[in-house]
Amino acid sequence: MDVLDVARLQFGVTTVYHFLFVPITIGLSMVVALLQTMWRVTGRDAYLRATKFWGHLFLVTLAMGIVTGIVQEFQFGMNWSAYSRFVGDIFGAPLAFEALLAFFLEATFAGIWIFGWDKLKPSLHLACIWLVAFGTAISAYFILAANAFMQNPVGFKFNETSGRAELTDFWAILTNPVALSAFPHTLFASWLTAGMIVIGVSAWHFRRGNDLDVHRPAMRLGVLTSVVAGIGLVVSGDALGKVMTSTQPMKMAAAEALYETTSSAPFSVLSIGNLSGSHGTPIIEIPGLLSYLATGRFGAEVQGINDLQAQYSAQFGPGDYTPYVPLTYWSFRAMIGFGMLAVIIALFVWWRTRKGAMPQSRWFWLIAVWSIALPFVANSTGWIFTEMGRQPWVVFSLMLTEDGVSPTVSEAEVWTSFIGFTLVYAILAVVCYKIFAKYARKGPPDAESAKASASGPDDGDSEKPMAFAY
Amino acid sequence: MDLTTIWFIAIAVLFTGYFVLEGFDFGVGMLLPVLAKSDRERRLAINTIGPVWDGNETWVITAGGAMFAAFPVWYSSLFSGFYLLLFLILLALIVRGVAFEYRGKGKGEEWKVAWDRAITICSYTAAFLWGVVTANLVFGVELNAEHYFTGSVLDLVNFYSLLGGITFVLLFAAHGASFLALKTAGEFSAKAHALSWKLALATAVPAAVWLIWTQVHSGSTLSGVLIGLTVVSLLASIGSNLAGKDGWAFTFTAATIGFAGFGLFSALWPNVLPSTVDPAYSLTHESAAATSYTLTIMTWAAVIFLPVVLLYQGWTYWVFRKRLKLDDIPA
Ligand code: HDD
Ligand code: HEM
Ligand code: HEM
Repeated sequence: MDVLDVARLQFGVTTVYHFLFVPITIGLSMVVALLQTMWRVTGRDAYLRATKFWGHLFLVTLAMGIVTGIVQEFQFGMNWSAYSRFVGDIFGAPLAFEALLAFFLEATFAGIWIFGWDKLKPSLHLACIWLVAFGTAISAYFILAANAFMQNPVGFKFNETSGRAELTDFWAILTNPVALSAFPHTLFASWLTAGMIVIGVSAWHFRRGNDLDVHRPAMRLGVLTSVVAGIGLVVSGDALGKVMTSTQPMKMAAAEALYETTSSAPFSVLSIGNLSGSHGTPIIEIPGLLSYLATGRFGAEVQGINDLQAQYSAQFGPGDYTPYVPLTYWSFRAMIGFGMLAVIIALFVWWRTRKGAMPQSRWFWLIAVWSIALPFVANSTGWIFTEMGRQPWVVFSLMLTEDGVSPTVSEAEVWTSFIGFTLVYAILAVVCYKIFAKYARKGPPDAESAKASASGPDDGDSEKPMAFAY
Repeated sequence: MDLTTIWFIAIAVLFTGYFVLEGFDFGVGMLLPVLAKSDRERRLAINTIGPVWDGNETWVITAGGAMFAAFPVWYSSLFSGFYLLLFLILLALIVRGVAFEYRGKGKGEEWKVAWDRAITICSYTAAFLWGVVTANLVFGVELNAEHYFTGSVLDLVNFYSLLGGITFVLLFAAHGASFLALKTAGEFSAKAHALSWKLALATAVPAAVWLIWTQVHSGSTLSGVLIGLTVVSLLASIGSNLAGKDGWAFTFTAATIGFAGFGLFSALWPNVLPSTVDPAYSLTHESAAATSYTLTIMTWAAVIFLPVVLLYQGWTYWVFRKRLKLDDIPA
C-alpha cells in the first residue's frame, strides 16, 4: 500500500469512528434537554433523575466525540495537503465557521452545564443544555456544507494561474442542495441513534423491574424520537436521493449496480452474484422504485454505469470513473435495512409495552438491548456509501482523490499515524464501552441525591461540596 | 491594513490565546505529581480546570480552522510538514481529554492513578511539542519551491527547537502553578503559591536565551519590544507572587505567554513559514493567503462572533470564580 492507500484508510477509519460518537452527542443532548425541560415543567423527581442519568451517559460519549474531532481537523492538512491547497479558499471557511459558531458554544456550555448544577438559576442551567444541543446541530450543518462541496462543487471558479479553486459565492456553499438535504437526514439519523440507545438501556432496566418510574417515560421518549426520526429519514433520504441523482448520477447507478440505462428501473432489495461488471441476480425486486427514488417518477429513465462511464471519459479524459460497485450496492442497502429495522423494533417495543404492559420474554428484552447497534451500522454504512460512491473523485468533477494526497509525506509517516490512531482508538473504544455499560447498568441516582445536587445557586452556603466533580 | 495582515494578526491572536488558556491547563496536569499527593488533592487540582479545559482547547480548533480558511497554503505546508510532531500532539490531546472524564469512572485506586499519570505525561508532551513546533515555525524549515517541507522529522529537532520546547514546558508549569494558587484555597493554594515563583524564575533562563536567539535570528523592532515585555512580565509575576498577590501573579504569567506569543509571531512576519533553503521559497502572508472574498467573509464572521465567544467564555470564568478547597470535592 502506498501513501494514498494508507491515507484513505486512515481517513475512513478515523472519520467513521468520529461519526460513531457524533450522532450520540447530537441526539442525546436533545434527549437530555427534553428530559430536563419536562422536569422544569412538571417538577416531578422522576424526570430530574432521568436527566441526571442520561446526562451522565451523554458525558461519557461527549469526551470521545471531542477528542476524535480534533484529529479530523488536523488530518486535512497532514494527509491531504494538496487537497487542502486546492480547495482551502472554499472548504476552510465552513470549518472555521463551525469552530467559531458551534464548537465554542458547545464546549463552553457543556462545561457550564456539567459543573453548574449548583451555580446557576435552574432556568439558566436548562438554557445551557439547549445551547449545547443547538451547538451540536449547527456544527453538523457546517461540516455537511463543507462535505457537500466535495459532492457537488458550487459557488466557485477555477483560477488558471494559481491552479486553485476560488470562492465566488459563499451563500451558494451554505445553500448547496446536497447540504440542505443531508443536514436533516443526518439530524434524523442522530435522533434515531439516541432513541435506540434510550430504548435499549431502558429495556435492560425494564426487564429487571428497576426504577420504572424513571425508565418508563424515558422509554416513551426514546420510542417517540426513534419513530419521528424514522419517518424523517425516509422523507429526507428520498429528497437526498433525488439531489444525488442530479448531482452525481454515477452514485445512484452504483447504488443499484445498474449498468445499462433503464426506464422504470426497479430497486432490488437483495441480490446474488458478482456485482462488478453486471447487475447480479435480484432476489426481491420492486418495480420502478429506483426510478422513483432517483427522480420522483416511477417510469423515468435512470442512467446506467456504462453510459456514464463513457460520458465522463469523453468529458474528463480517459480513466475509470466508476466507484467500487459491490461496496456502494451493499452499503446503500445496509444503511436503509439496518436503520429501518431499528425503527420497526422501536415500534414493536412500544406496542408490547403500551399501557403499562410488561412482556416476560427474555428474547424480547435482549433484542431491544442489542438493537442499539443497528443505527450505528446504518450511520457507518451510509457514510461509506456517500464517500466511496464519490470515488475516484475527492471533489466531484474537480479533483481526483489520488491528486489530493500530501506529496511530501512519507510512507513511514502515514503508517505511523494510521497505526497509532487505530490502536489508541481501539483501546478507547473498549474503555468507553465498558464505562458506558457500567453507568447504564447502575441506573439513575435516588431522588434525594438528585435533588440535593440540583438545588440551584448556593449563595453563602459554602460548606456544601460541589454538585459535580471529576 | 490589508486583509492578509489582519488575518495574520488573527491567527497570532488565536494561537496565543490558545497558549495562554490551555497553558494553565497543561500546567495543572504537569504539576499533579508535584503538588497533589493524595487522590483528593489531585481531584481538587483537576476540578479547577474541569469546567473550562474543553472551551480552552477549542481555541486551537478555531486557530486551525481559521488558518485553513485564511491561509490554505500555510495550513497545508505546516500540517503536512510537521506531520509526526502534530500526530504526537494529537495523541496527547486525545488521551488527556478522555482521562479527565474517565479517571473517576473505573474501579479501584490503580485506575485513577494510571489516568492521572496519563494526564501528566500528555500535558508535558503537548506543551513540549507545541514549543518545538512554534520554534521551527519561526526559525524556518526546508521548504521547496512549492513551499512543501522536504526535510525529515529529525531536521525539526535541534538545539533551538528543543530550547523552545523546554521554555514552553517551564512557562506553562509556572502559569499552571499561579493558576492553582489563585483558584484553590488553604494549604493547597499555599503549596502552589510557593512553587509558582520558583518555576517562573527557572523559566527565565531558557526563555531569555531562546527569545533573544529568535530576536537575533529573525527579529524586528516590534518583536524586540514584545520580547522585552515578556521578560518584564515574567519578573512582574515573580514580584507579585512574592508580594502575596495571586491575582496579579496569574495575570502576569498570562501576559508573559501573551507577549511571547505575539513577539514570536511578529518575528515571523512578513513570512508565515520561512524557507531555510532559499528565501525566495519562503511562504509569506501574501503568497499563503486565500482570496480577498473569502477573507472578507471571514472578517465579518470574526468581527460579529468572536466578541460573543469572548463574552460567554468570560462568563464561565465568572460563574466558576470561587476558589476550590478540599472540602468542596464530593466523596
Ligand atoms: C440511521 C441511519 C439512516 C437511515 C435509516 C437512512 N439513512 Fe441515508 N444516510 C445516513 C443514515 C441513514 C447517513 C449516515 O447519515 C448519511 C451519510 C451522508 C449523509 O448525509 O447521511 C446517509 C446518506 C444517504 C444518501 C447519500 C447522499 C449523498 O451521497 O449525497 C442517500 C441517497 C440516502 N442516505 C438515502 C436514504 C434513504 C432513501 C433511506 C430510507 C428509506 C435512508 N437513507 C435511510
Ligand atoms: C462523519 C461522516 C463521514 C464519514 C463516516 C466519512 C467516511 C469516509 C470514507 C469511508 C471515505 C473513503 C475512504 C476511502 O476511500 O477508502 C472518505 C473519504 C473522504 N472524506 Fe469522508 N466521511 C465523512 C464525512 C466527511 C466530511 C464531513 C468531510 C469533509 C468535511 C469528508 C472528507 C473526506 C475526504 C477529504 C476524503 C478523501 C479520502 C478518500 O476519498 O479516500 N468526509 N470519508
Ligand atoms: C458529517 C460528519 C460530521 C459531523 C456531523 C460532525 C459533527 C460533530 C459534532 C456534533 C461534534 C461535537 C460533538 C461531539 O464532540 O461528539 C463534533 C466534534 C468535532 N468535529 Fe465533527 N463532525 C463530522 C465530521 C467531522 C470532520 C470531517 C471534521 C474535520 C474538520 C470534524 C471536526 C470536528 C472537531 C474539531 C470536533 C471537536 C469540537 C469540540 O471540541 O467540541 N468533524 N463533530
